[in-house]
Amino acid sequence: MPDPYSLRVNGVDCEVADSDLAESLLFVLRERLGLTGTKNACTEGECSSCAVLIDGVLTCSCLVLAATAAGQEITTVEGLGDGRDELSVVQEAFVHEGAVQCGFCTPGLIVAVHDLLEANPEPSDGDVREALSGNLCRCTGYGRILAAVHSAAATKRSQP
Amino acid sequence: MSDVVVARSLDEAREALAHQPDATVLAGGTDLMVEINRGLRRPRHVVGVAQVPELRRWHIADNRVVVGAGVTYTEMMTTALADAAPALAQAARTVGSPPIRNAGTLGGNLGTASPAGDTLPVLAALNAEIVVTGPDGERRMGLDDFVVGVKQTSLRPGELIVAAELDRPTGRQEFLKIGPRNAMVISMAGLALVADHDARTVRCALGAVAAGIPRAREAEAWVAEQIDWASGAGVDDGVADEFGQRVAAASSPIDDHRSTAAYRRHAVAVLATRALKRAFSSGEAGDA
Repeated sequence: MPDPYSLRVNGVDCEVADSDLAESLLFVLRERLGLTGTKNACTEGECSSCAVLIDGVLTCSCLVLAATAAGQEITTVEGLGDGRDELSVVQEAFVHEGAVQCGFCTPGLIVAVHDLLEANPEPSDGDVREALSGNLCRCTGYGRILAAVHSAAATKRSQP
Repeated sequence: MSDVVVARSLDEAREALAHQPDATVLAGGTDLMVEINRGLRRPRHVVGVAQVPELRRWHIADNRVVVGAGVTYTEMMTTALADAAPALAQAARTVGSPPIRNAGTLGGNLGTASPAGDTLPVLAALNAEIVVTGPDGERRMGLDDFVVGVKQTSLRPGELIVAAELDRPTGRQEFLKIGPRNAMVISMAGLALVADHDARTVRCALGAVAAGIPRAREAEAWVAEQIDWASGAGVDDGVADEFGQRVAAASSPIDDHRSTAAYRRHAVAVLATRALKRAFSSGEAGDA
């Protein structure tokens, strides 16, 4: 077995031991660290259900070799809420607008919307469609997802 | 996999590759990790280069645009590089989705050397020189000598792609591609066209319609004679249509799971006609 390495996830240093170096960050988050909010679907970057932020950059965790992320700040959907049991504004908006059906794409969408609104507080419909173009929802719930993004953006703008 | 080295400088990357010349270089992971996840590839040694600062930069030198191999698609679109190499920005804009564009790099597109690599026709049309470094020092070569077959490069063991150096012609640049939707699409056909008003030449290269990245040299030479370079007038429809047919003749497409040879040949003609009209219209640059 290779030497253990450490990943910094949601502000916490986590040792990854007894792992295979070929494991993706997605696999390590879910299977080694128990952070199952990040979803495993296509494992080829097509669906974005595994999206995380690495040093603040939106990334498909399935396409990251976990050992290469040592030393970087990894933020998963579990790390986005405003407190341990609090939902973020984006998460609240998804709940209120009914933007969740089966829920499998939702964590990746939540991460991507956080990333979008950080850079663009007042996105147009086109901006939202572009930002979420890699997030696949197979329940065909995109209309409500769009509504949730605009609702979250409005709420964030109204906050001091 | 027995070891993973994360290089933090170009020297570290060179050293790691000198130590393990058969190591697999990992940049943004958008191609290699797919194969690792599927169990199709199981490299013993990996050298990660995504965090090598020297590879993440671009600059202009001697009127050439020098783009580091680690520059991402997002950076090609959103930095001033988009003004220095507009067709590169247009091509980057058509790749994958935002998280894919945040990860994928120019060097990765070169290293994978797929005929459908969207930056490759742009590099060919901009007379790119590919710069590599390795045990024998630095080597430079044109795209034709770098991409030597479908997913085949002339990289030698221990070598690393450092940069691509591009022309900076005075004239419009266009990149166009065809695929089933407007995002997350691997090209069924792609085309880059560059007008050089100083040299009075047009350069046109094709993606996803041949084993390599062909330049439509006969069509380029023909159309350069048809253009009224002095007046700046647009091209008429007859010239644009014939240019399309001549460009299509430079393609050698195949039937595969993504499209058919006949459709690809047709698509290339349409793209060439469209790109030429855009490059020689009197209006402002349109979106790809």
